[in-house]
Amino acid sequence: MSTMNAQLPGVFYRRPTPDHAPFVEVGGKVEPGQTIALIEVMKTYNEVKADRSGTVSRILLDDGDEVEAGQGIVEVDEV
Amino acid sequence: MSGRGRILVANRGEIAVRVVRACHAAGHEAVAVYSDADKNARWVELADEAVHIGGSPAAKSYLNTDAILEAAKYSEVDAVHPGYGFLSENAAFARAVTAAGFTFVGPPPEVIELMGDKASARTAATAAGVPVVPGSRPVADTADALRVAEEIGYPILVKAAAGGGGRGIRPVRDRAQLEEVFAGACAEAQSAFGDGTAYLERALPGARHVEVQLLADEHGGMVHLFERDCSVQRRRQKLLEEAPAPELPESTRRELGEAARLLGNHVGYRNAGTVEFLVAPDGEFYFIEMNTRVQVEHPITEAITGVDLVAEQLRVAEGQRLSLSQESVSHRGAAVELRINAEDPDNDFTPTPGEITAFDQPGGPGVRVDTALTRGDRISPFYDSLIAKLVCWGADRNQAYARAGQALREFRIEGVASTIPLHRRLVEDPELLAGPVHTTWLEERS
Repeated sequence: MSTMNAQLPGVFYRRPTPDHAPFVEVGGKVEPGQTIALIEVMKTYNEVKADRSGTVSRILLDDGDEVEAGQGIVEVDEV
Repeated sequence: MSGRGRILVANRGEIAVRVVRACHAAGHEAVAVYSDADKNARWVELADEAVHIGGSPAAKSYLNTDAILEAAKYSEVDAVHPGYGFLSENAAFARAVTAAGFTFVGPPPEVIELMGDKASARTAATAAGVPVVPGSRPVADTADALRVAEEIGYPILVKAAAGGGGRGIRPVRDRAQLEEVFAGACAEAQSAFGDGTAYLERALPGARHVEVQLLADEHGGMVHLFERDCSVQRRRQKLLEEAPAPELPESTRRELGEAARLLGNHVGYRNAGTVEFLVAPDGEFYFIEMNTRVQVEHPITEAITGVDLVAEQLRVAEGQRLSLSQESVSHRGAAVELRINAEDPDNDFTPTPGEITAFDQPGGPGVRVDTALTRGDRISPFYDSLIAKLVCWGADRNQAYARAGQALREFRIEGVASTIPLHRRLVEDPELLAGPVHTTWLEERS
């Protein structure tokens, strides 16, 4: 198991807009380059991309949570 | 609120500082609110009392109606000033403030509601006799679009009904092009927004963004304080504003002011508000929208008229008459405002949160800096990127721009990137100095 971290400080979002489904769910597979979250920095939305492949085992933050640069956001079981 | 009142400042940043100052100057007490990230902020320090309202993300604090109402009750204020942004144009918030027994420093909730909706605002303008950009209801198909386009006149824009913020707009120059692209534009809208409905609107190439400041009281006082030109924009964000609008014919200036008052009277406007227009190169102007709050760029109007807009907001909210009449207001000289943002103009305007390690403000005649920041403060990632508004007044436009150039050379901000380098280029730009520019001027040249 390993953790993917936020590269930027800001506000964490799991979905592209409030009406959409989350980018990833626990149990879902991710591939490098896949968008897994958004971080809002000063009203600009930045995509967080997976940097490895694996299965999501835990999502460490909720929509609208404050996040620091370097903070873990998603745990994955690597394949 | 009679005599000395207590006012909750339901905002943050430079506008919170601005409102606290206006409260004190009018003899009122000011109660600040703050999130986790803003605990040591300037407006918190300047206010008579401060209430913590929640976590750093705005949804947990400055956008949290319940937390703000709780703060108002706890600190026993008489009125709530919403500033700009956040909840300032939220009719439900204004209604909740009023229902809880506080005075809302702004227009009545139903006016916020009416002007906040694009369609109803457009209908209100038309009913008031104020011209709107010629446009259509949703069009059914290409044949319908071609018919409607003849009435509107080319060039036109095909706009996705579900688009917004500049997305889903297709410019079309003539009948042949419309015939060719209409069906595709609808299909594109369907896949982008899940709704293929489109309507047509006259395109106004070369139009300027000119807005009129209004002030109104409940005794029939309805005054316009002339106009501001906000055509220097990037991605629809204003970067530089000036007043008065350069080279605007006196007759157009008068007509714009009168149109704004007509609309204000028609909707029963109260307090401060701004009526935005597009002014086409042929001098025709069209209503686009109304902002039912104090505007970021209000200081340039203050600079040329000598009227303290926030002080008037507080007077009117108390039920007093405006301290001025249309006959008594005049404008003198020219003013320019530069929005200095924590963004890197050399790196696609990427926001740059971080600690400010040097902050030396400019000064001198006609120079005003509105900011909430000082050395050692952090620009947090949670809110907008505005560091400071630099407002320079001069006896004429050339002097205002020259003073702005000097002020920008003096303004030293270190620790974060800022838009100062862009502004330095702008205030010396021969095209901008030569006269009016249009809303896509800056983007077309870069």
